[in-house]
Amino acid sequence: MTLFADSWFFILFTILAIPAVILGILEKPIKYYSFAVSIVFLWLVTKSNLPSLIYLCVFCAAELAVLELWLYIVREKGRNSKLFWLFLLLCIAPLMIYKVCGQFKVSVFAFIGISYMTFKVVQIMIEIYDKVIIEISAFEYFSFLLFFPSILSGPIDRSRRYSKDLERIRLRGDYMEMAATGVYKILTGVLYKFVIGAGVYQIMPFFGLKTGLAADLIYMYSYGFYLFFDFAGYSRMAIGAAYIFGVEMPENFNAPFKSKDIKDFWDRWHITLSHWFRDYLFSRLMMSWMKNKTFNNRLVMSTCGFMINMTVMGLWHGFDFYYILYGVYHGLLLSLTEIYQKKSKFYRRHKKDRSFIIVSTFITFNLVMFGLFIFSGRFTALLGIAGSAAAGTGAAPGHSVLLKYVYHWITGVSGS
Amino acid sequence: MEEKILEMLADLCGDNIVKENCDINMVEADLMDSLDWTELLVWVEEEFGAIMSPSEYTKEEMETPNKVIEQVKKKLAEQGLA
Repeated sequence: MTLFADSWFFILFTILAIPAVILGILEKPIKYYSFAVSIVFLWLVTKSNLPSLIYLCVFCAAELAVLELWLYIVREKGRNSKLFWLFLLLCIAPLMIYKVCGQFKVSVFAFIGISYMTFKVVQIMIEIYDKVIIEISAFEYFSFLLFFPSILSGPIDRSRRYSKDLERIRLRGDYMEMAATGVYKILTGVLYKFVIGAGVYQIMPFFGLKTGLAADLIYMYSYGFYLFFDFAGYSRMAIGAAYIFGVEMPENFNAPFKSKDIKDFWDRWHITLSHWFRDYLFSRLMMSWMKNKTFNNRLVMSTCGFMINMTVMGLWHGFDFYYILYGVYHGLLLSLTEIYQKKSKFYRRHKKDRSFIIVSTFITFNLVMFGLFIFSGRFTALLGIAGSAAAGTGAAPGHSVLLKYVYHWITGVSGS
Repeated sequence: MEEKILEMLADLCGDNIVKENCDINMVEADLMDSLDWTELLVWVEEEFGAIMSPSEYTKEEMETPNKVIEQVKKKLAEQGLA
């Protein structure tokens, strides 16, 4: 079974959602039931691959031990920046091992959701250092990490926000409204992903793989729209499912193609990821550079911050050259936007004009589409740069797998 | 302490209006950009020793001088520094 992909998942989800709805209507806590459902889904997803289940358990337990030890150290000995780096390394070590071993076709720590779980663990670790988190409840920790709607591909929630939701008992009317919104989100998510996204995906092989500029442009725009409907649809389903289980999962997309500049785009596209990077990487870099007075020019400082931030985000997607290029590209765009907005008098005078916003939105849309073209791997493949797996199929590696599930879903054959 | 904070905010905003109108929305009025906010957090830590985490606050919780003062006070009390 694959989460949010095959028909068995949706059938089972519908059945398992009923008790959650009843608990919600009765104004009883859903948290224990929702944890049990997460375990059921995790078991169904991993049972055919026992090593991955073992890795998952080892990961969760080991990270909890690391966090508890870190909590103890910060409480007893105070903040120590050398130890901070050590514990940060410990938190991301499994993901690094997994990614590096993956390069050599060895699967170590290969289990679903390792990337997204690592984000959650690092968030807790950094907030312990900031003394914002002063205790960890094991139940809340496991529930947060393993919450089935977001385990596979986000959205990336925050632990303190999630814990508040667990404790909160909504009034009957509020819960029913939330659950209804959840159902609506799931249905529109299905429409986005399996109807529009999968439909747009068909354009690429038919019209986008011929040679010539026109074909490349068709590929670029159709891939961009495909990726949006696929991922935004997936996120909607995940958020909707979370709503039904009483968790107000944060939004992940907000009309990204309407962005008026690149900064605006990153507040609208894969929001929980970009805000995670903003809060736990970019801001931290800025703070430490300010404290150490590393730069005497603010624009240079923020440019360096953007470049590092976006390159790391690119690397997180994978070590393939086109992912790194994608990160660098967005780092450059953000830096140039920042410089332009700070330096240009024309910008300051006209930024609220309707015509300025229209032109700016049009330019941003095309820059974003080109970025997604890089992300697809097709751009580097066309340039003949090695390491672009997408040359033949016309899609980034993971997405051909996604497509397989789309077929499973449409034809009613269940995936494994 | 309140005076110190207002002084710093005026410095960051480049505008003394924040000292006169403590309920002005500094985000909407375009007085502070995100780096100004970051600088404010660093300054609070260096000046008062209170750690304010960038992931802890939403823009809405710090948008006026009064709200900033309130959050700093709360943080100082929380960390036993008040």
